[in-house]
Amino acid sequence: MRRTLRLLYAGWKFHLKSLTISGFFIIVSVISPVIFASIAYLMFRAGARPGSLLFVAIGAGMMGIWSATLFGSGGAIAWQRWQGTLEYCVAVPPAFIWVILPLTIATSTIGLYSLTSTLIWGWLFFDVPFELVHPAWFFVSLPVAVLALGLLGLVLASTFVMYRQANALSNLLEYPIWLVTGLLPGLTLLPGWTRPSSRALAPTWGVKALREAALGGEPGFAVAMSAVLGLAYLVIGHYCLRYFEKLAREKATLSLQG
Amino acid sequence: MSSLRVFFVGGYLAYRALFSWLRPSIYIPTMLGGPVFQILFFAYIGRFAGLRNDEFFVIGNAVQASALAGIFGTAMTIGGERWTQTLSPLLATPANRIALFLGRALPLIVNGVFVSAFGFAVGWALLDFQLAAGEIPGIALVVVVSSFACTALGLTTGAVGLRARDVFFLANLVTLLLLLFCGVNVPFDSLPGWMQTVARGLPLTHGIQAARELAEGVALSDVSGLVATEALIGACYAALALGLFRFFEAEGRRRATLETM
Repeated sequence: MRRTLRLLYAGWKFHLKSLTISGFFIIVSVISPVIFASIAYLMFRAGARPGSLLFVAIGAGMMGIWSATLFGSGGAIAWQRWQGTLEYCVAVPPAFIWVILPLTIATSTIGLYSLTSTLIWGWLFFDVPFELVHPAWFFVSLPVAVLALGLLGLVLASTFVMYRQANALSNLLEYPIWLVTGLLPGLTLLPGWTRPSSRALAPTWGVKALREAALGGEPGFAVAMSAVLGLAYLVIGHYCLRYFEKLAREKATLSLQG
Repeated sequence: MSSLRVFFVGGYLAYRALFSWLRPSIYIPTMLGGPVFQILFFAYIGRFAGLRNDEFFVIGNAVQASALAGIFGTAMTIGGERWTQTLSPLLATPANRIALFLGRALPLIVNGVFVSAFGFAVGWALLDFQLAAGEIPGIALVVVVSSFACTALGLTTGAVGLRARDVFFLANLVTLLLLLFCGVNVPFDSLPGWMQTVARGLPLTHGIQAARELAEGVALSDVSGLVATEALIGACYAALALGLFRFFEAEGRRRATLETM
């Protein structure tokens, strides 16, 4: 148990450092959320609907967490392939899931830069107040949301392995998830058939918990839903990864590139 | 004759290589799926914020969609050469540089127009957006000019890629800044004054404004000034790009940095 925890911590720390110095992830987790937040602040200011800009800042921050998770975790196995390290990651004594999980959690963790940057940017340039109605709940919701997205990243990493053009799929999935999880436009405007997918996605509950903690409401249920979904993603990711690993070993396709 | 071959055949091959030999599994999610969801995303934010109608967002984002191919594509044709270690052999050839680089831009302009047209079609199918048949030729012209201007900016970005190591970072940044500054989703008058000043020197700003006016029924002759300004901005960026290509190629040879990753 202690060994596994040490492996998780070391892997998470290593990938966090490695992602932090990547220009691409600086764009995804800091610059892009700040630009989208600015567009949204300007749109809401010019629009007819009075609303809290803190609502926008939290949504834009969560957009960055999703993008970092999507591109980082979706491309996780492809990157290991390109670097020629995938076979080693699979061959080491610990189960493959304990090698990949720290990476997917690290990708959602660097998304924290997004939330921090959109809140600071909004406070500095758009007079967005950072006053939390339930500060304790906010700081509980945040790690739970990040962990749930990291575990969703595990599902992405394990399923994208079958799709060699994982980056193209990541490009496709960025906006739709922002849309159906209500990160900026409210869920109430979306057609009814999108509701089941919204409810099955961690960003929906993550942003709901953060907004209810910040702006008022009962964030407990949303936090619990994030945690439950996180556990479900862990189970799904575990089985997908085991199945695809077995398949790749049998067909000797671990080191094959797109 | 040789320059013409470099222009057309070289440009065509570079374009195919850009999408891994035009695989639908790469082209469709990247070039068609992404822009479509971008249009839907901003149209829904617009509805939520009570800002403008769907037409405003379909036009802004469909015209902006041409920037994706123009900027990323041209920047990546340079970055890709460096990544695959073929930049030095390419620049060692005696090929005419104007034919070499503009040839790579031409398919991307055409691609930008196609992506933009697809965005308009999806906006028409899924959102509250309609165009009268008489408005389509004018808007098509604006899209062609805007696609040219964006590709010219992409060439400038690609030229900087001869010196800068991470041209993808730059291309991402430029695309995001266009989305923020050019009145794609925020009415131009609502932007702060300094942003309006910057936006007037960027591609898309005048093109999007012209397309929106055409969709409101204004005659093409009345927006010809905006279209001409968009074309002029594109020509300026194309000239700047060719100057930068020449300069950075000479610098790269002198400092032996063409293959630096």
